[in-house]
Amino acid sequence: MGDLKMISTHDLNKTFGDFVAVNNITFDVHQGEIFGFLGANGAGKTTAMRMLCGLSIPTSGEATIAGYDVYKETEKIKRNIGYMSQKFSLYEDLTVTENIRFYGGIYGLKDAEIRSRSKELIQTLELEDQRDLLVGSLPLGWKQKLAFSVAIFHHPKLVFLDEPTGGVDPVTRRQFWDLIHKASDDGITIFVTTHYMDEAEYCDRISMMVDGYIRALDSPSQLKKTYQAASMDEVFYELARGAKRTE
Amino acid sequence: MKQLLAFIHKEFLHVFRDPKTMLLLFGLPIAQILLFGFALSNEINHSKIIVVDYARDASTRSIIEKVRASENFDLYGVFNDHQQIEETFKRGETKMAIVFPTNFNQDLIHSGYAEIQLITDASDPNTATTLVNYFNMLLLDYQRELIEVQEMPFNINLSLRNIYNPELEGTTNFVPGVMALVLLLVCVLMTSVAIVKEKELGTMEILLVSPFHPFMVIISKVIPYLFLSIVNLIVILALSVFVLKLEIAGSLILLFGVSILLILAALSLGILISNVTNNQQTAMLISLMGMLLPTLMFTGFMFPIENMPRFLQVISNIVPSRWYYIIVKNVMIKGLGFESIWKESLILAGMTVFLLLVSIKKFKIRLA
Amino acid sequence: MSTLKFLLQKEFRQIFRNPTILRMILLVPVVQLIILPLAADFEIKNINISIVDNDRSGMSQDLIEDIKSSGYFRLINYTHDFQIAFSDIESDEADIVLEIPNGLERDMIRERSGALFIAVNAINGTKAYVGGAYLSRIISAFNQDLRTEFSSENRGTAIGVAVINWFNPMLNYQFFMVPGILVVLVTMVGGYMTSLNIVKEKEVGTIEQINVTPIRKTHFILGKLIPFWVLCVIVFTLGMFVVARIIYGIVPLGSIFVLYGYLALYLVAILGVALLISTYSNTQQQAMSLSFFMMMIFILMSGLFTPIESMPQWAQWIAALNPVTYFVQVMRMIVMKGSEFGHITKHFLIMVAFAVVFNSWAILNYKKTS
Repeated sequence: MGDLKMISTHDLNKTFGDFVAVNNITFDVHQGEIFGFLGANGAGKTTAMRMLCGLSIPTSGEATIAGYDVYKETEKIKRNIGYMSQKFSLYEDLTVTENIRFYGGIYGLKDAEIRSRSKELIQTLELEDQRDLLVGSLPLGWKQKLAFSVAIFHHPKLVFLDEPTGGVDPVTRRQFWDLIHKASDDGITIFVTTHYMDEAEYCDRISMMVDGYIRALDSPSQLKKTYQAASMDEVFYELARGAKRTE
Repeated sequence: MKQLLAFIHKEFLHVFRDPKTMLLLFGLPIAQILLFGFALSNEINHSKIIVVDYARDASTRSIIEKVRASENFDLYGVFNDHQQIEETFKRGETKMAIVFPTNFNQDLIHSGYAEIQLITDASDPNTATTLVNYFNMLLLDYQRELIEVQEMPFNINLSLRNIYNPELEGTTNFVPGVMALVLLLVCVLMTSVAIVKEKELGTMEILLVSPFHPFMVIISKVIPYLFLSIVNLIVILALSVFVLKLEIAGSLILLFGVSILLILAALSLGILISNVTNNQQTAMLISLMGMLLPTLMFTGFMFPIENMPRFLQVISNIVPSRWYYIIVKNVMIKGLGFESIWKESLILAGMTVFLLLVSIKKFKIRLA
Repeated sequence: MSTLKFLLQKEFRQIFRNPTILRMILLVPVVQLIILPLAADFEIKNINISIVDNDRSGMSQDLIEDIKSSGYFRLINYTHDFQIAFSDIESDEADIVLEIPNGLERDMIRERSGALFIAVNAINGTKAYVGGAYLSRIISAFNQDLRTEFSSENRGTAIGVAVINWFNPMLNYQFFMVPGILVVLVTMVGGYMTSLNIVKEKEVGTIEQINVTPIRKTHFILGKLIPFWVLCVIVFTLGMFVVARIIYGIVPLGSIFVLYGYLALYLVAILGVALLISTYSNTQQQAMSLSFFMMMIFILMSGLFTPIESMPQWAQWIAALNPVTYFVQVMRMIVMKGSEFGHITKHFLIMVAFAVVFNSWAILNYKKTS
């Protein structure tokens, strides 16, 4: 693990009127890490993530993504990240290959590159028979795996995953995490939000957000030690029960 | 019954929770009635006219004076030669040219007959013929004045009364038409989209597995829109009376009753559209692209239905607003009672029942 | 530039994938263009008249004969009771009632003057006016004949009117309506499809995914506009060179080149409006309500059906801010009158202004970051 910081924030803030959605968060994510970004509903995770992706401009504070400033260099940031949102984000009325081709294309990959990579991707996901089916007709789990693969199709330095495994069965979740680990092995830094505490265990480090603050940040084992908890569930409960904001 | 109320309550929450949509649903029909109620008129007034006067004598001067004074014409200019006519027609700046030949007055005095040439831009035939009519009337007036000076005997005096609309206001014709159009389209649009949206989002299935007759689910979805439409109706009627100064000559209750009948027919049509489509985009395109122009034209307030070819007259019968337009004219403007509109009301009621039956049928097929 | 290629590919695929939508885009305008102009006939003919004849004299019979043979009127009732004739108006069977009072002939002979009474159903002002005007002319001519018959006194002078109808000598109403209706149909395709399409990406959430990619704003927008621009040109071509030519025999008199030049420009402006609508709406429902509203204004305040000159001043301003107004005029000018570029320079400049204003407004409003 290199010492290069993929994400670096300092006192990052986002307010909507009187409401402080994200309150002076400061943290770093190193290259190659799998970073779990946890928190209860309404804790400010999605807002924070949107700022890091360049979708939303911070109210104050500093942040760099892959070395680029979130205020001034959003276009450069976008070239270097991948993103998979909570809402399913592939086009349901395009086929598997068409979706891949489209996203590859808009990241400026060459036709030949797209062709060879998508062949590889379809093989990895075992979607050979479904390549010409409309994405809308695939089962949710497959869609999610496909969405992830598409998000890292252009080999970004960093990928943001916003609750990527919502609503899928345990087996698929397991396979999904295999994909994440594989991407991590390939040198892609992973930034993931999740509700599943067993998934938190797969992360190198996790942060815990409560009411807009980051309340804890460490490796899962260290956190369990600190809070003298047997599982991540207990850690989460310990930290989140004081929360005032819930949905 | 309690279940039904719970459903309806939920639907109301959906509709009223989104202020932007609410604003659109209420605000737009109101704006439309006001805009079109005031702006539209079939009349042809202030049409730009070009005069070419080769005579320049007393008669032509006094006729030009009359043209200048007329509300119907706006004098673009008096010229000495023909050349300007084609040029201004092609620029779309004038619609008709009045050409006085040389020696106009002399001919009139010596031979008792003189001729004026009218050249129209007949690319718009309606304006062209109307302008010719206007000018003929103006000339008739002019000649009558001449005759009066000479004290003509054997005169038939003509008194003309315009019933229902003494001032010949466009409002009297267009308000009922726009009412029919707006009520119908807004209702169809709202319901079809609201139901299809649930289908698209997948929330419909949750409702369909509830221990409730599926069609009741649909009905309860429609009730908030029925309510919305009735509020719209009240506002539209109030605007017609207080802002557009159109009196309701007949029974308000009757008018209200048959308006609800139209709303029901429209809601049923909306349900049917939602049952045969699977996504919002298609539903909207059917209700808008498919219905806007045909409804506009077949309601009968723009173009007289009796002028249409036979097969189009038959087609016009399936447009609900066509019947409603007749009803509004009879009740609101002529002040007639139910006996004058029972046929039209029956047709609307029949349409509603028919549309609902077809929807139920389609709906069952879908579930099977 | 290559991003744009991928965006366009995606849009075209999505459009062609949905047969219902494609059918709506291509078929609905064609069918409507075939049918609707037939329904748009303003010409006032067959005015239904009910005559109350209380005189029942030779003179009243002569007058009625004149009215019947004029070709404008259809006698639907001949009665002696005004109430009956009036109920014909109430039931919409008659547009106009002529009452001939008892003793018309006698009065004309003895007192050398008489009176007639006309009642018109004036809900439709135009029909009332035209009906009244025709009837007045017939009666006036009838009167003139009486004078010649009864007296040898001064016949007075007469001014004749010779009418020449340029550009459309047969006064064919369809020649006038087809180009106008085609404009509206093309506008609907461009307007609805574009705004709904963009908002759909918002509603479904795919726009989020697009926003985190390095796609440039302008590319995304171009990727949306170009396919619909192309579709609109196709619809226009189908309408102009298939439906209008084959069914209605309309051949543009002016330059096709100028016509398409104006179409190209007009579509940029209209798609700009659609884009603008989409930036102000979050759901397809909102986009559609707004588009519906705009489309009603576009259609009803464009001079397509009712003349702009007779609108109140404020409404004329709205019509002047309505792009459809100009294209309807330009279509009619080029197609029917053979107007050349020199005749429509004003229209061109105004459309350029619309295109620039709507599109810059929309692009400013289309925010990639919140």
